[in-house]
Amino acid sequence: MIYWANDVYRLGWGNTTLLRFFPDSFYKALHVPQRLAEGMAFHFMFMWLFFLNGLVYLLYTIFSGDWRDLLPNRHSWKEAWLVVLHDLHIRKTAPVQTSKYNAAQRIAYSAIIIMGIGSIITGLAIYKPVQFSWLLWICGGYSFARIIHFVLTLGYVLFFVIHIVQVALAGWNNFRAMVAGFDLEKLEPVVIPEPMPVPEEPEVSEENQPHESE
Amino acid sequence: MNPNKVQDPLKQQVRKKTLISFGAFFLLMGLAYWSWLRLYHSATTSDDPAIHAPLRKVLDLNGQLFQGSFSEQKLAKTFPVRDAVKQVRVNGNLGLGGTFDTSTWKLHLVRAPGDTLLIGMDEIRRLPKTEIVFDFKCIEGWDQVTYWAGVKMMDFLKAYHLDSLTAHKYIGLATPDNGYYVGIDMPSAIHPQTLLCYEMNGRPLPMNQGAPLRLIIPVKYGIKHLKRIGSFYFSDTPPRDYWAEQGYDYYSGH
Repeated sequence: MIYWANDVYRLGWGNTTLLRFFPDSFYKALHVPQRLAEGMAFHFMFMWLFFLNGLVYLLYTIFSGDWRDLLPNRHSWKEAWLVVLHDLHIRKTAPVQTSKYNAAQRIAYSAIIIMGIGSIITGLAIYKPVQFSWLLWICGGYSFARIIHFVLTLGYVLFFVIHIVQVALAGWNNFRAMVAGFDLEKLEPVVIPEPMPVPEEPEVSEENQPHESE
Repeated sequence: MNPNKVQDPLKQQVRKKTLISFGAFFLLMGLAYWSWLRLYHSATTSDDPAIHAPLRKVLDLNGQLFQGSFSEQKLAKTFPVRDAVKQVRVNGNLGLGGTFDTSTWKLHLVRAPGDTLLIGMDEIRRLPKTEIVFDFKCIEGWDQVTYWAGVKMMDFLKAYHLDSLTAHKYIGLATPDNGYYVGIDMPSAIHPQTLLCYEMNGRPLPMNQGAPLRLIIPVKYGIKHLKRIGSFYFSDTPPRDYWAEQGYDYYSGH
């Protein structure tokens, strides 16, 4: 996608360019020039890793029933907007969260699955445009399939950045929960008549599923 | 009573679980990083020095996997002539250097070692002519709808009674100066849209497009469409391929 010798990613018309998305300095900083073959070889190896990882995650989510926490519901769109406003410090209160993930998370985590499927379909369409010409047709032709494929990739970068920032902002307990797979909740002190019973059940709820790296 | 002295079983449990989880987490991260370093610094082989050996292995496996689904019935999409561009992109001149006279050119068709047929352009023009307008795709990402004409590979081979040679696994092509060379698997080479091409946009091929004769093979990326064919041979092992030697996928097919 970010290929120095055939840079078509720009804002402009005809021979007038307002903005190049990837200026030469960007390529040089990343040591991209003259390494197309190497980049493609890595791409066609790591596509398998991402595909298999995504497939395992998707199957796990379906068969464990965790999809219930991840699919948006009919309230999610409105609530997600309120969550975004809250996280941007525009709105003081966030909507009451009744399950593991808030509405914005539900939409983001479902969208990333659909994006993944989109990457596979558009990728196959570009990779084998003759053998899978029907995929190319679905994707709106060779050039358009390429654009979708690249925009989705930019989408992953955006997702990754927001994800990391949000984890950093959410603090230690949240990160611990992501890695360890359980969440701690501070319980309000309850006045209980004597004698004080020893809690049988630990105040540990199996919350977030184990999270892989990132 | 000092609360710190009390061993809260719950806190202990949380501690233990957290420690185990983070241990596993960092172990996995470390393992992933270590694997990446190993791959990134993995060796190349002496006969394929431009690419890490594991990467080449995956490229070849991908090639085999998708070759399995290759069907010669499936044709590259064709377009009406009016869709073809007038300014056809010239992307490379490898093997086109030096002084070269198209009038004395002959195709060196190696039927077997030591048995070479010399075929002139007049003979090739007498064979049935086929036109194609298709979306030419470069491995660099650009594509162009272009208009070509020449003799179908299969018509050509039949005309010279060479159909039996298609039992070989590959064909190899090289420019007269051997500056550029490609190897192509037989199913792609004899695909019905593969042309030995001598015209572009209804006119004889210009020099920078490989006059007098070039390959047009719509089921491959542009790197396989060799210009100015000098020699043509058959092989059961992968023939030398210029860009594969530079680390690109050998198959490079659609």
